[in-house]
Amino acid sequence: MSAILIIEQVLNGLQFGVMLFLMAAGLTLIFGVMGLINLAHGSLYMVGAFAAAAVAGATGSFVLALIAALAAAACAGTIVEIVVIRRLYRAAHLDQVLATFALILIFSEGTRWVFGSFPLFLDIPDYLSGPIALPGGIEYPLYRLALIGAGVLVAVELWWLTSRTRIGIQIRAGENDREMIAALGVDISRLYTLVFAMGAALAGLAGALVGAIQSVQVGMGEPVLILAFVVIVIGGIGSIKGAFIGSLLVGLTDTLGGVFLPELFKVFMDVGAATQTGSALASMAVYILMSVVLIWRPTGLFGMRA
Amino acid sequence: MKLKSLALSVTLAALAGTASADTKIGMITTLSGGGAGLGIDVRDGFMLAVKQSGRDDIEVVIEDDQRKPDIAVQLADKMIQSEKVDIMTGIIWSNLAMAVVPSAVSQGVFYLSPNAGPSALAGEGCHRNYFNVAWQNDNLHEAAGAYANGVGYGNSFILAPNYPAGKDALTGYKRFFEGELAGEVYTQLGQTDYAAEIAQIRASGADSVFFFLPGGMGISFLKQYADSGVDLPVVGPAFSFDQGILQAVGGAALGVVNTSQWNKDIDNATNAAFVESFEAEYGRLPSLYASQGFDTANLILSALDRAGVDDADAFRAALRAAEFDSTRGDFAFGPNHHPVQTIYAREVVQEGDVFTNRILGVALENHSDAYAGDCEM
Repeated sequence: MSAILIIEQVLNGLQFGVMLFLMAAGLTLIFGVMGLINLAHGSLYMVGAFAAAAVAGATGSFVLALIAALAAAACAGTIVEIVVIRRLYRAAHLDQVLATFALILIFSEGTRWVFGSFPLFLDIPDYLSGPIALPGGIEYPLYRLALIGAGVLVAVELWWLTSRTRIGIQIRAGENDREMIAALGVDISRLYTLVFAMGAALAGLAGALVGAIQSVQVGMGEPVLILAFVVIVIGGIGSIKGAFIGSLLVGLTDTLGGVFLPELFKVFMDVGAATQTGSALASMAVYILMSVVLIWRPTGLFGMRA
Repeated sequence: MKLKSLALSVTLAALAGTASADTKIGMITTLSGGGAGLGIDVRDGFMLAVKQSGRDDIEVVIEDDQRKPDIAVQLADKMIQSEKVDIMTGIIWSNLAMAVVPSAVSQGVFYLSPNAGPSALAGEGCHRNYFNVAWQNDNLHEAAGAYANGVGYGNSFILAPNYPAGKDALTGYKRFFEGELAGEVYTQLGQTDYAAEIAQIRASGADSVFFFLPGGMGISFLKQYADSGVDLPVVGPAFSFDQGILQAVGGAALGVVNTSQWNKDIDNATNAAFVESFEAEYGRLPSLYASQGFDTANLILSALDRAGVDDADAFRAALRAAEFDSTRGDFAFGPNHHPVQTIYAREVVQEGDVFTNRILGVALENHSDAYAGDCEM
């Protein structure tokens, strides 16, 4: 267990965390501002990845692919908000879950209808491919470093947007008291559409960025969605800061747990049993973390409301 | 009125159509969700063979299991009890096969597996009405172990998802691989990020990597592995290198050796005709799953030529004889109704702008499985 391996795994955990943050930020805003449980957030992630793969395939440009992912996911988000979601704000959470679950099925089958059943190809651009040498003799893929950078950049921009701009003030006000800000003359339904589209665009961006190192296929969003929900519960619902800290915690726990728990068990178990027990426990680690956080702070790390 | 009588005549025609079908085949396979590519290939290969036979006394009922065991069980009950199918086939995933097959065969239905081959159905759980046309789950992994010995790998890092078929895979590889293990890792099923595992591979001092990560998991792993700068040779079963997946992996898979019982360049007339007609019919190259579907249908057709499905004993004997032209060349069943077959090592190559496989050589000749001895029919 060398120091190099540990540093590399920490970087992996951070990279996973910031990508989770792109998903969780949209999810937490939508939940916090509109009180809506959006299960279809993973579908928007998939839409972004497919749009990026299609545009990259047609033009060969990764930058254009990212722009297409943002645009396509934002468009899909806007349409979905206007056509379906708008009717759900006053509905019970169970109705929201049902309707947005239906959206998952519609998005999945629609995507298959357009793109077929086989995974699409989306690759890292040449200028970001391959490993680079970091100080201390660590070799690390450049693209993953770029992902960490992109995630942190988005986090800073979001923080600036919510805390330093007029839109941000309205969003935060909407979280606290939607009747009051409607009474003050803010067009609440336009604000909701905007927040939803913004969340969708972030999910689409995550899908495109991650799609380049993973497989672009139908149903790719759902596993990430589950972790993103864990993140917003840990971070406290509606809090961007909570989503960021929660994402990093979940990313690091998941990555480091998967590597080091089996190693830990090897100290007092034989190799086969240690591998199996360690792997099983590692896949639970994130949920154990969530339980511990909730026992300690029932509204999450930065949650304000009970 | 006209419309009504038209509708009536169509209904009558449809009824007449079902009445004339002597043999009813129920296919439950995965046609939606993330694993749909496999089921679609099996279905297309199967239906191609039925179409080529020109027979109109066979009716195939196709249903989508959505990769969910509970839905597969419901569909199977419906097919057996209300559709009264004689033969069932189609299931891709071992966990679904385990949920459906034992109850189906005990109700007197024949089941021919075009893909899943769980060890439980090859050993003590074997059944006279159950035939596996593809492979026992361990087979391709065993061949990978044998191949690794042959090229002199002495220290492998092995990984697979933490579920039954993943454990079978690592067991199969270890059964034949004679070298040391630099590491053995179980990943999560459906995992998409392998950075942590790749870092472990880099630190492990291995001289080769064996992995079983079917479908999208394999795409993710290969892309990330190629980008990581770790350049140890990789070997695996065909499931991460089939025709449906390779285009999505792209150049990252070039040169990787994988093991398969089938490839499009196996040199026999049946295979050449299959590859050509599949491409003409569907506009894409067939995968090993398509070849398995095609072989399954041709096995059924060959048995139906010799005996009606009503005469279960004669039909079973005709299936066991397996006198059909397989895309794999000679085809024979072992005592537990699983194939005894040659497994090849293939290499991923690029032909024009299409990524595909080319046979390097034989990994295991006339290979049976480790469970045949436990089977008593």
